[in-house]
Amino acid sequence: MKTKMQTDGLDVFYGEKQALFGVDLQIGANEVTALIGPSGCGKSTYLRCLNRMNDVVPGCRVSGRVTLDGEDVYDPRLDVVKLRARVGMVFQKPNPFPKSIYENVAYGPRIHGITHDRDELDALVRDSLRRAGLLEEVEDRLNEPGTSLSGGQQQRLCIARAIAVSPEVILMDEPCSALDPIATARVEELIDELRAQFTIVIVTHSMQQAARVSQRTAFFHLGRIVEEGETTKIFTNPDQERTQDYITGRFG
Amino acid sequence: MTSSSDPQRLDRADARLRRRYRAERLFQASGVAAIAFAVGTLFLLLGTVVYQGTGAFVESVAVLPVALDAGALDPDGDRSPESLARGNYASPVREALRARFPEASGRREKRALAGLLSVGAEYDLRDFVLAHPEAIGTTVERPLLLSDDADLYVRGDVDVDVDESDRKVSDAQVAWLDALVARGQVERRFNRRLFTSGDSREPELAGLQGAIRGSFLTLLVTLLLSFPIGVAAALYLEEFAPRNRLTDFVEVNINNLAAVPSIVFGLLGLAVLLNFLGLPRSAPLVGGIVLALMTLPTVIIAGRAALSAVPPSIREAALGVGASHVQAVLHHVLPQALPGILTGTIIGMARALGETAPLLMIGMIAFIVDLPTSPTDPATVLPVQIYLWSDAPERAFQARMGAAIIVLLGFLVVMNGAAVALRRRFESRY
Repeated sequence: MKTKMQTDGLDVFYGEKQALFGVDLQIGANEVTALIGPSGCGKSTYLRCLNRMNDVVPGCRVSGRVTLDGEDVYDPRLDVVKLRARVGMVFQKPNPFPKSIYENVAYGPRIHGITHDRDELDALVRDSLRRAGLLEEVEDRLNEPGTSLSGGQQQRLCIARAIAVSPEVILMDEPCSALDPIATARVEELIDELRAQFTIVIVTHSMQQAARVSQRTAFFHLGRIVEEGETTKIFTNPDQERTQDYITGRFG
Repeated sequence: MTSSSDPQRLDRADARLRRRYRAERLFQASGVAAIAFAVGTLFLLLGTVVYQGTGAFVESVAVLPVALDAGALDPDGDRSPESLARGNYASPVREALRARFPEASGRREKRALAGLLSVGAEYDLRDFVLAHPEAIGTTVERPLLLSDDADLYVRGDVDVDVDESDRKVSDAQVAWLDALVARGQVERRFNRRLFTSGDSREPELAGLQGAIRGSFLTLLVTLLLSFPIGVAAALYLEEFAPRNRLTDFVEVNINNLAAVPSIVFGLLGLAVLLNFLGLPRSAPLVGGIVLALMTLPTVIIAGRAALSAVPPSIREAALGVGASHVQAVLHHVLPQALPGILTGTIIGMARALGETAPLLMIGMIAFIVDLPTSPTDPATVLPVQIYLWSDAPERAFQARMGAAIIVLLGFLVVMNGAAVALRRRFESRY
């Protein structure tokens, strides 16, 4: 396994309260890593450390080491804007900008100056929508507001928006929790396809989803990693009893 | 069946239910009564204002043949505008009236006869001659503006049963006016002057144009100052300022400023802007600055509320694709919050439009006839004009005051309507 991102002894505090305790985890390149665990166990907090989205939370303090390709993510000299261009994010609730479908996807490339003229941008927008499996459905209404799409389409629009800036890693925070089963299946399929180009970290509450889409799984409980390893092993023959109890639904 | 079939128990439950319904009906009825009372007083207020004010929208003129004598109107005899402007227009007007009532004799009677007409009749005639110099030398039928007292009589607002010495219209004048009316020589027409001219000592010549312009210039200054400063302050405080004791202190003070009586802002303007900085007295510039200070807290508070109402998911989405904090705010949060900010600003401006007290302190209460053309010209504003007219001894000013109130309320309704329309238009997008 080639490591893309890595955390060593990651502690996170919200004010006085400690949310993560010395989390060590390696995230393999071009793999889907699933983070599972009961609510409040720190998986979302962990995810948000990877692209420093926690910076905007007042009172949040991070110690320990997070690296991307060996570079320290929390290095004060590092430009957080560049980091977030490399580590994109898809949120729990679909959150398209209240602008047109086209503008939603074009926004990232525009602020990063990725394209040089209108034609290039058009091509990039269409390519991103195609890769997110949305182009066919929205091709003739790119100028309609992104908020007019269905929930599943909105989430795929958000994925298209994330991949338009060509990130290396995509973080997904329970991307399917607000979607119906059909839309969920569509997004899971998409995640599997995107693995070829991107490294994906996904937080999920659905055991089945973790088993279906991920290659590696980390089980969080009370701010610590209880167990992590290959998904097949975690779900068939975990080392820890707590993991076994959680994945079979006996607690959590 | 359970124990609820016990008849006594059912009765008690029924009674309780009836009591509850009665209490709920009473509650709703008191709400309806409160609204009815509020609407009733509002209609009473509007009714009195409209009843009083509508008279001012109509003026009375006597239509008489006027002989345009070349010698009096064109002293140089060359029909040039300069020469015509120096002409004597009082005598043709006077002569027209004397020709109609040749029985008036003696100085007192002639004075009384001339008193039927306003000095405005001369100005109107001059304007007519300047526009039509070819009419000089002929006799034309011209509408001659009646004086305020004559107008009140024609309108039926003068009680002729009281003693002659106790009313403004003498018996002789009553007889002349009756004769004019009987011959159909008095016309009632829309009072355009009310909207096109400035203030005047003569009620029939007084108009609102000066006050409307003054209000416009003042509000323009207020808007140009309070909107950008208010939005910038709200943006910084809501989005960028660190949460510490200094920002808490600033916040508390802004909230307190919103509750400061407006006359205090007027005193500030008087002490700092007029006495210390030496800015011109009675000027919309100073009035606008004072009202901007008064409006700022409203804009800032409304702006912050609108900014914090933008869902955080939008902010996160922007940050997630690598926008900087400033970009996320300027590209996504601010456009979303703008309708709310604009609504707050318009409501603040509407309050500023109706404000009188602070403007009295900086001298915008002066009697000003000239129409202001720049923010440094002396001017007055609509609410102050209303106050000035309410204080005037001539009875005809009461109707003008009502008309001014109608105009002011009209502007307020338009501004509040604009606020509602803006909110509707932009909110539907999200």
